[in-house]
Amino acid sequence: MTYIAKPKFHHPGLKKNELGYTHRDYEGKISTLCAGCGHDSITASIIEACYELSIEPHRVAKISGIGCSSKTPDYFLGNSHGFNSVHGRMPSVLTGANLANRDLIYLGVSGDGDSASIGFGQFAHSIRRGVNMTYIVENNGVYGLTKGQFSATADRGSKSKKGVTNTDNAIDLVAIALQLGATFVARSFSGDKSQLVPLIAAAIGHKGASFIDVISPCIAFNNHAGSTKSFDYVREHNDAVNRLDVLVGRDPIAVDYAPGTVQVVEQHDGSKIALRKIDADYDPHDRLGAMTFLQKHAAKGQIVTGLLYVDPDAEDLHAHLNTVETPLNTLEADTLCPGSAALDKLNASLR
Amino acid sequence: MSDKKPISSVNDFVVRFANVNGSGSASANEMFARAILRHGVPVSPRNIFPSNIQGLPTWYEVRVTEAGHLGARGGVDMMVAMNPQTWDKDVAGIEPGGYLFYDSTKPMPSTKFRDDITVIGVPLTAITNSTYTDPRQRQLFKNIIYLGSLSALLDMDPKLIEQLIGEQYKGKEKLLSSNVHALHLGRDWALQNLKCPIGLRVKKSDKVGDRIFIEGNSAAALGAVYGGATVCAWYPITPSSSVAEAFTAHCRKYRHDPETGKAKYAIVQGEDELASIGIVIGASWNGARAFTATSGPGISLMTEFIGLSYFAEIPAVIMNIQRAGPSTGMPTRTQQCDIIACAYASHGDTKHVLLFPEDPAEGFEFAAAAFDLAERLQTTIFLMLDLDIGMNHRLCRPLKWDDARQYDRGKIMTAEMLDEGRDFGRYLDVDGDGIPYRTYPGTHPTKGSYFTRGTSRDRYARYSEEGSVYADNMQRLVRKFETAQDLVPRPLQANAAKPSKYGVIYFGSTSPAMDEAIGLLEARGHQLDRLRIRAFPFHSSVASFLAEHDFVYVVEQNRDSQLRQLIVNENGIDPVRLVPIVHYDGSPITARYIAKAIGDHQDHLKVTPLRKAVS
Ligand SMILES: Cc1ncc(C[n+]2csc(CCOP(=O)(O)OP(=O)(O)O)c2C)c(N)n1
Ligand code: SF4
Repeated sequence: MTYIAKPKFHHPGLKKNELGYTHRDYEGKISTLCAGCGHDSITASIIEACYELSIEPHRVAKISGIGCSSKTPDYFLGNSHGFNSVHGRMPSVLTGANLANRDLIYLGVSGDGDSASIGFGQFAHSIRRGVNMTYIVENNGVYGLTKGQFSATADRGSKSKKGVTNTDNAIDLVAIALQLGATFVARSFSGDKSQLVPLIAAAIGHKGASFIDVISPCIAFNNHAGSTKSFDYVREHNDAVNRLDVLVGRDPIAVDYAPGTVQVVEQHDGSKIALRKIDADYDPHDRLGAMTFLQKHAAKGQIVTGLLYVDPDAEDLHAHLNTVETPLNTLEADTLCPGSAALDKLNASLR
Repeated sequence: MSDKKPISSVNDFVVRFANVNGSGSASANEMFARAILRHGVPVSPRNIFPSNIQGLPTWYEVRVTEAGHLGARGGVDMMVAMNPQTWDKDVAGIEPGGYLFYDSTKPMPSTKFRDDITVIGVPLTAITNSTYTDPRQRQLFKNIIYLGSLSALLDMDPKLIEQLIGEQYKGKEKLLSSNVHALHLGRDWALQNLKCPIGLRVKKSDKVGDRIFIEGNSAAALGAVYGGATVCAWYPITPSSSVAEAFTAHCRKYRHDPETGKAKYAIVQGEDELASIGIVIGASWNGARAFTATSGPGISLMTEFIGLSYFAEIPAVIMNIQRAGPSTGMPTRTQQCDIIACAYASHGDTKHVLLFPEDPAEGFEFAAAAFDLAERLQTTIFLMLDLDIGMNHRLCRPLKWDDARQYDRGKIMTAEMLDEGRDFGRYLDVDGDGIPYRTYPGTHPTKGSYFTRGTSRDRYARYSEEGSVYADNMQRLVRKFETAQDLVPRPLQANAAKPSKYGVIYFGSTSPAMDEAIGLLEARGHQLDRLRIRAFPFHSSVASFLAEHDFVYVVEQNRDSQLRQLIVNENGIDPVRLVPIVHYDGSPITARYIAKAIGDHQDHLKVTPLRKAVS
């Protein structure tokens, strides 16, 4: 359960980063997600990236919507404030938080249902405003928390756990982020730590809207229809246990492959996805090139992973609004209130 | 030709201008109202406009009122009929003995007039066209020309109007002189060709005093500036858009760092109301004072977030400038119709704090206070204005600010307090007032962080769906709401000259009409004590007032008597003793309406004592 905190025991030999923090200092509560859920691997990568960057954990604000993915901020950076807001509205809450205090690091965590359906508008507008944040979508193509409905990123023709075929076209959040002017756009796979960790670290360092779409298999609803180990099968064949609680854990999927190559990954349901890691000599400063590259490989059925686009000189929303450097939440009456003399003048002009 | 004696009145009459939307008449009409104010005579103007930009009818009504009645009066003494589209209705609306002012360039058949009114024709188009060739100029100056004619007919001092024109076109000499010229064209024509002045007159007086003339939305926006709001997120909707627009203008004036030129505020036009309230909640969670302004449909969209604000205990300020609903209803007409929707917004058991300012001055004060309340109570505060206050200029007492005032940031646990070893439980009721401590994100490296969520959790913010834990939290929220009773503005009571068994409860923009209605009722022989409610939760004096009176009228501008419902619901009172007096056609309630409705009911009470027929 989420209220179980991890034991505080630190092995004396644990490696420390520049700030003297160990890995454990970046962890949160014990995950309540299904064993093997891709989201937990992403959590691990976030922890790793923050550790490597020697971030002070409490200077991070973790904001999410609703969904299995949106629960994850409870599982990392236990000493930071987190905000599990409402379904699809993480971007606006994060935008407000960022406006209030520009000095913190903002990590937005969302699901594909959260961001590509109910929150599609907020996703788009936070990107287009250039909010300084790292926006991670944990993309599994389904609604995990509400048990397996298609999300808007599910491919046309793919089948749900119940055998229904998806007849709608898929939304590619990366393509949209590029089109909307995101200044940092990447895609990765939950199990590809060697790629994901540096991407998250780079996104956090980026001064503008960073977007990372992370393909993240759902073991519960990417279950093979005919499998005897599927959730359905076990539920149907095991009357003795609580029908709602049975979920068969799987090993998380891990991949490691070289830049420029294609890796075919088999998900828990047996379906396969082809991941193409972009080449080392790929130019990530060309937005148009990135869009073409993405589309070209999508046509071949490949999902491109890596840093697709970055504008190193990006400006953020605070720059656009020309706000003061001092965080707005620290300003008090002495600097905010024009005072009675100004009011007297105003009164005089209103007669 | 008139078979009714023309109305004769000094400083007490109603002029209504009927125009076509987009004809540029608004500024001339407003100048008319301001000019009367400059004579020292109170005015109460109202915009009556369509939910359309171009071509549809629009009216501007100026109540000239030496006695200072700021509610709408009802009836029209002089109609300035500049819109052929609404001519018949406009002419029909004039009080017997009243005046019709029209453009007589084209002859009209006599059937288009009435025998019991005085018809005043000025060939406005002819005068305009003989002086101006540019079509836009013709349209604009025609308005100033009729203003000039009216000044002669009503015996107004032209210098005062010139002065206003001077202020409006300060530094734009050409515009200034051409406007003054147009004014005199109209004035001279009237003086030479008509019997001036008519029975309606404006005479210099000293009844305005130091009062100011300001729109409610602008005053509320200024309240947000003074109250320390640094984040505003909004989405356009009539009649609330001008709150955000005014906030932007005020911030540009007052909130830029003189050295760097940088802004000490952030204003975002959200993509919708969901984003706007989300931004407000995110900013407030992070310790900034934030607000949004909207109207009924926006509130509908915001309700999920309002529930989150209530349950997760995050401050938020929402200014709701009410308009006639439900749905799009009559978007440019006034009502007080979101009382229930706001009081219980969102699913589950919720209750929210509502503030009901009566005029721009209170709009300013309550707006500033809303931020203190939101942070003190860590919840959503609704500032409930309506179109009648928000989008109209009102005469009100000057705005005041105490420079010694500090913002009440509520219960914040700081890093120092945490280091002292203070127990931090985000939802712990340490003081018994139902209000817990919060920490801002980023406060301390190892202490005081917590996870904010809309899901149930225990006193230490640890996720829990244990029934008793949930109930404990919900009980505390009730205690917090009880605490709010003594923090919000109290009701104001005014008693009748003689002890009375009857009372009246009212609120917000109904106030001026109610004040005037009391006089009309007294003249009819009815004495009533009155209580002006200024906030929800209701202070205990509301219950006392109800207990002290046999019958209490509840006057409001919605169909279902929503405030009455709320009083019945929250006070467990026998509904029979609360008599609804409702007005909901979208026009502002008038003293005449209130006095008639209450007077008739009172007469009925006296003539037919209860149970007479059942002996
Ligand atoms: C307004 C609203 N509608 C619906 C829901 C129910 N709901 C909870 S999570 C969810 C979908 C989650 O899917 P996704 O964002 O893809 O996250 P995942 O669980 O797959 O990680 C839905 C529809 C809700 N909580 N609020
Ligand atoms: S249901 Fe799917 S997304 Fe949710 S925790 Fe289980 S595996 Fe992860």
